[in-house]
Amino acid sequence: MTSLIAIDALLIAACTWFAIGLAGLVAPRNTTFISKTLFPLGALVGIGVGLVALDSLGSPAQTAVLVIGLPDLPFHLRLDNLSAVFALLLGFASAGISIYAAGYFRKGEGAAPGVLCLEYHLFLASMLMVLLADDAYAFMVAWETMALSSFFLVTTDHKHEEIRRAGFLYLLIAHIGAIGILLSFGVMTGGAGDYSFAAMRTQELAPFWSSAAFLLALAGFGAKAGLVPLHVWLPEAHPAAPSPVSAMMSGVMLKTAIYGLLRVSFDLLHTTIWWWGVVALVVGLVTALFGVLYATVQNDMKRLLAYSSIENIGLIAVGIGLTLIFHAYRMEGLAALAMTAVLYHCLAHAGFKSLLFLCTGSVLHATKERSLGKLGGLIHPMPWVAWLALAGVIASTGLPPLSGFVSEWLLLQSFLFSPGLPHPWLNMVVPVAAALVVLVAALAGFAMVKFYGIIFLGQMREPALKDAHDAGPWEKLGLLWLALITLFLGVMPSTVILRIDAATRQLLGSGLADKLNENGWWMLAPISPERASYEPLLVLVTIAATLLLGRWLVRHLYHGRVRRSSAWDCGYHFEGPRAQDTAEGFSQPIRRIFEPMFRMERHFPAARDTKPFYSVKVEDHFWYWCYLPIARLASWISTLIVTLQGGRIAVYLMYSFITLLVLLLVARP
Amino acid sequence: MISISGLFGQTFAILLALVLAPLLSGWVGQCRAWFQSRTAPPLLLPYYMLQKLFKKDVVLAHNASSLFRAAPFVIFGCMVLACAIVPTLSTDLPFAPAADALALVGVFGLARVFISLAGMDIGTSFGTLGGRREMLVGFLAEPALLMVIFTLAMIAQSTSLATIVETLAHRDLVIYPSLAFAGVAFTIVSLAENARVPVDNPATHLELTMIHEAMILEYSGRHLALIEWAASLKLYAYSCLGLALFFPWGIAAGDSFLALLAAIPLLLLKLAIGGVILAGIETVNAKMRIFRAPEFLGIAFMLAVLGLLVRLLLETRV
Repeated sequence: MTSLIAIDALLIAACTWFAIGLAGLVAPRNTTFISKTLFPLGALVGIGVGLVALDSLGSPAQTAVLVIGLPDLPFHLRLDNLSAVFALLLGFASAGISIYAAGYFRKGEGAAPGVLCLEYHLFLASMLMVLLADDAYAFMVAWETMALSSFFLVTTDHKHEEIRRAGFLYLLIAHIGAIGILLSFGVMTGGAGDYSFAAMRTQELAPFWSSAAFLLALAGFGAKAGLVPLHVWLPEAHPAAPSPVSAMMSGVMLKTAIYGLLRVSFDLLHTTIWWWGVVALVVGLVTALFGVLYATVQNDMKRLLAYSSIENIGLIAVGIGLTLIFHAYRMEGLAALAMTAVLYHCLAHAGFKSLLFLCTGSVLHATKERSLGKLGGLIHPMPWVAWLALAGVIASTGLPPLSGFVSEWLLLQSFLFSPGLPHPWLNMVVPVAAALVVLVAALAGFAMVKFYGIIFLGQMREPALKDAHDAGPWEKLGLLWLALITLFLGVMPSTVILRIDAATRQLLGSGLADKLNENGWWMLAPISPERASYEPLLVLVTIAATLLLGRWLVRHLYHGRVRRSSAWDCGYHFEGPRAQDTAEGFSQPIRRIFEPMFRMERHFPAARDTKPFYSVKVEDHFWYWCYLPIARLASWISTLIVTLQGGRIAVYLMYSFITLLVLLLVARP
Repeated sequence: MISISGLFGQTFAILLALVLAPLLSGWVGQCRAWFQSRTAPPLLLPYYMLQKLFKKDVVLAHNASSLFRAAPFVIFGCMVLACAIVPTLSTDLPFAPAADALALVGVFGLARVFISLAGMDIGTSFGTLGGRREMLVGFLAEPALLMVIFTLAMIAQSTSLATIVETLAHRDLVIYPSLAFAGVAFTIVSLAENARVPVDNPATHLELTMIHEAMILEYSGRHLALIEWAASLKLYAYSCLGLALFFPWGIAAGDSFLALLAAIPLLLLKLAIGGVILAGIETVNAKMRIFRAPEFLGIAFMLAVLGLLVRLLLETRV
């Protein structure tokens, strides 16, 4: 009996979320009721989902069959360790975001709060159902519900033309992706017509067909996750959506795509071919490098974070690629290491990217400004947001002792031991790929310093910023929750990995738990302490202890006197806020070094301009290389078809007549 | 697990770093002056400077934030941790498992992010300029440094610094060509990371050329003292890292007190020679334009990757 409790609990949670959403429709304009009652309730459900998933990790898979669905095909549900890891992520990340949202949504911004509440909780419920689905039909229904509810959330503020366009682009690419996923499932049934995942697991596919299924899944889930070249919706949709929605999409929804990719590559397809890994590795590297370079040159804070999400998804794809390569060569220990890096980065990214997106939400509310060029100095009026954002920035940069570093460390460790691969050139190329991963990590530091330094530090670039206010109590609570997750993931890696190891073990047949158990909980040594080890708690304690001891000693031995004066700045005392770097100025070295990577339109002032101005506009090459040609082709084909539509009824009747004749000729008995 | 003598050795290594680091900076400054036919400043100048700065009041700009005041302590903490991890006298360090070579690079990165943010905090043009350039040098140098570490980690089959040093110090005399590439790359990276000529000049306040100095312009009193001390600790940590990786002979493997004592004069000798070489490099080179720095560090990266490939191609077959 106990074995069925977890999946039932999660189902009840999904229904509760749906019910909370419907409750929002009872009084769609009552903001207080919705934000102060329904959203906190949703957060509680989220914590419940997280706890249930945490508890079910390591126990055998549980299944359930619902009565709803098609006549011959009821919904199959299954909770195994892989689903549980992602449900854990969904539960805990969404709890923080929902608490924050309780303080965020106000009157008179876009759609009615009740409608928003319905869309938001439907979005949550559908993501949970995606994780639980155990047949292609249930999966696609949940997947599409997720896409549609998030589309409506993105277009909350639908009165603006650009937001409608962003929403449309998102919907379009989501559906291109959905086609890929659907076809992939179709291939995996092997023509047997049984769409349950259980049947797919037993199919023996020819290498050609399993490769086709993998590539279709990579393209389909890649469109949702934001892999290049299907990433274009991300930097449009994230700035358009309200901040809690951006946080939810970037932190959680992108991970459902990663979940799908893992489910297909390691669970449904049980054979692995080595070059799949190479494809994923290369696509991941291109995505990561592309994402981080574009992140450094953005001037809109949410676009910057959106590109940074692309970078992180790229790193996750690199990890998946590495896992596939190791798995194909039956090097299960290393595959487990890379897989742990993937899962850990999913968890870490869900924490810190949600945190950063929510911080931009607070900044947006306090200043009504999204452009970096008009912010600055916000650490003074908003110390809470600024210091919590710093945690997100450090984690996102991949620096110890916070969460991002752990996964990057694991990823690099798995790269380091790749030369054992029984494939000569792969052996060479893989460590060099590690060099690119490191470059990406280092560039992420540049992007994040820009993000933080321009928003929170320096002088205020606009006088109106003085009136900015710190986040409210609900918002602070949500931010604090996510920052604590980031800290916990950063300093307790062994504890977390021991829990999520069940998923690695399920997918690959081996995990890291035995190795980790040999050492203490404070030490992360996935192979052996002689080979590599990391003790983040000790790092944190040492830095903190030196900090406090140093401060105490200096004050004790000398003094703690402080005088205030105007800034020295080499003696130039008439510098206003305009003398600081702008967002464009800060990223100038990147634009110069990586010039061919960007499509730039620049205007430089001439020497004797009376009204000199400088402008630079950076655009994505992929629009011009990939999307615009396709769009032009489509519109060219449609102009051809337009000639058929003369608008005269006689011509249309003739078309029907001809069609009828042709059909009669062709379809003779 | 953690022996008393190990703990003693660890404490001793940290204290030695705190004491020796300013001395190393002073020694490099002195050598530089001699090479340039100037009258050399006293060897103990950095200590006088620290003492003077600690005594002075802190003058903060009106809009200095809490981050500005916390940053010197955080940076100092990072550098102390780095000095605790790098094997200087002995490889028996209780702190060594806390961070392997990759995490060490992360700790340096943390300090870099904090100093760049602190530079941006006052909102002067020089501060943001310095912060931006520091991050530029950082993202160019960090991959090269990690490639160097990868090469060594592949030789030793470990990223733990203690294991790498033990493997390299107690090997039979095998010549690794990859180490030569890695060594040159490491030298270039250390020059860039420690704000040395030809990437940066620690002695300049000329507005167009400074990187490190531009970020710390607004610091004074004890904050500046901590930052200067941290900078010399960083130079010390990098020097010791280079010595440990490429000239590891003499570093005690066990925890015997005698071996520890014997390691001290050898370390001093190696550091003194290293200081002379650093001063020599700084004298014969000119500071390069900031946009030549990517090429310079690109060379380091290429050399490091070449070292890695040499390791994979030539040395693994033996």
